[in-house]
Amino acid sequence: MLALQGAAELHLAALASIGAAAVPVHRPDELADVDRLILPGGESTTISMMLDANGLTGPLAERLAGGMSTLGTCAGLLLLATEVSDGRDDQHCFGALDISARRNAYGPQTESFEADLPIAALGPSPMTAVFIRSPIVERVGPEVEVLARLDGHPVLCRQGRAWGCTFHPELSGDLRLHRLFCEEMA
Amino acid sequence: MRVKRGLAEMLKRGVIMDVVTAEHARIAEDAGAVAVMALERVPADIRRDGGVARMSPPEIIESIVEAVTIPVMAKARIGHFAEAQVLEALGVDYIDESEVLTPADEAHHIDKWQFTVPFVCGATNLGEALRRISEGAAMIRSKGEAGTGNIIEAVRHLRSITGDIRRITVADSAELYDWAKRLQAPVALVREIAEAGRLPVPLFCAGGVATPADASLVMQLGAEAVFVGSGIFKSDNPAPRAKAVVEATTNFDDPAILLKVSRGLGEAMPGLELGNLETRLAERGW
Repeated sequence: MLALQGAAELHLAALASIGAAAVPVHRPDELADVDRLILPGGESTTISMMLDANGLTGPLAERLAGGMSTLGTCAGLLLLATEVSDGRDDQHCFGALDISARRNAYGPQTESFEADLPIAALGPSPMTAVFIRSPIVERVGPEVEVLARLDGHPVLCRQGRAWGCTFHPELSGDLRLHRLFCEEMA
Repeated sequence: MRVKRGLAEMLKRGVIMDVVTAEHARIAEDAGAVAVMALERVPADIRRDGGVARMSPPEIIESIVEAVTIPVMAKARIGHFAEAQVLEALGVDYIDESEVLTPADEAHHIDKWQFTVPFVCGATNLGEALRRISEGAAMIRSKGEAGTGNIIEAVRHLRSITGDIRRITVADSAELYDWAKRLQAPVALVREIAEAGRLPVPLFCAGGVATPADASLVMQLGAEAVFVGSGIFKSDNPAPRAKAVVEATTNFDDPAILLKVSRGLGEAMPGLELGNLETRLAERGW
């Protein structure tokens, strides 16, 4: 669990509830010890700068290029994307997911919302998806599989072993996405 | 409430910086701030100049919103729900109902349930924190003593809140009623704390952080993120200090990194001894 900044703690709690062994990652030696990585929500600009400050940018790029299993939520999805608009020019996009995303695309916090989201891969009942100053995915590459959409925009997608969602599965207490990610990648 | 509290979750292990101008806001974002707090004057200047401190003018807040990509918070006076309505209409991401501004109501805080925008409120102890949560606050910050560069009050307030939380977790069910009475807080919230061992909303720290080590100290004492007010823009060299405080907050439990980022920052803001203060901002709020 990348834990430089943001909602790492709730992801760790979700992983603990499904019996997955999870540790926080702050440094390169800790990254080397894990076989898959969740990139949490938070501020993508801050997380990007702290990756640099803690010497994690190079090692993370290498691991992602090597096909490490990864799930990016909200800010984490932006880090996995190939292109981010309305962000900072210096923020990292590792390109593990061939998507273009617009940062904070719904507007200020008063536009943040919850939605019941049908996700076929998770079964018949919809997932309560919490969108907090979320990005919108504006383009998906040919290799990207879209697993859920909201108002036509992809909100959950995967490309090989890289998964990304624009909402926060860690906020709603619904553990199905964490479980699916852990089971498929085991 | 989940959506309101959600944004606070996203700010954890981050630094929210007080800014007065768009230029300050850019420096804060360049340094890695997770959010900025727009206000008319930093607390050290409010303390020095006196007068009534109010919400920032809308055009200043708008220029700050334009200048950065990160969330923008703004302060409203305690009880001044009309200022809060203006800030919500303007589209800020969080409102701080703040004791740093001159209170507008000597008995009532804002009924925060009436708003879509989330609120953060200050607290000096657990009772105050729970009263603010019962009014709809989605984040609590320990108050400290703003504008002093002196961390002692922040430590006192954090220890008071986290200490009482720990004590409540070992209380039996009958004792919880007594806790509610003593804290002047709803028993339902006291029960929630007894079960969860933590506040029902994130607990951040404010008031007196001036150095990277100050940020580390309050994080180690249980704060989940840090507000820095005068500590950055009243120091010798704001940009490197801002970055150092951000790195210290992320790596608060790593002394080697704290040492590294504490070097070469120049003078911190001049501090104030609490005994010499004419006004204790933390005493505002009820």
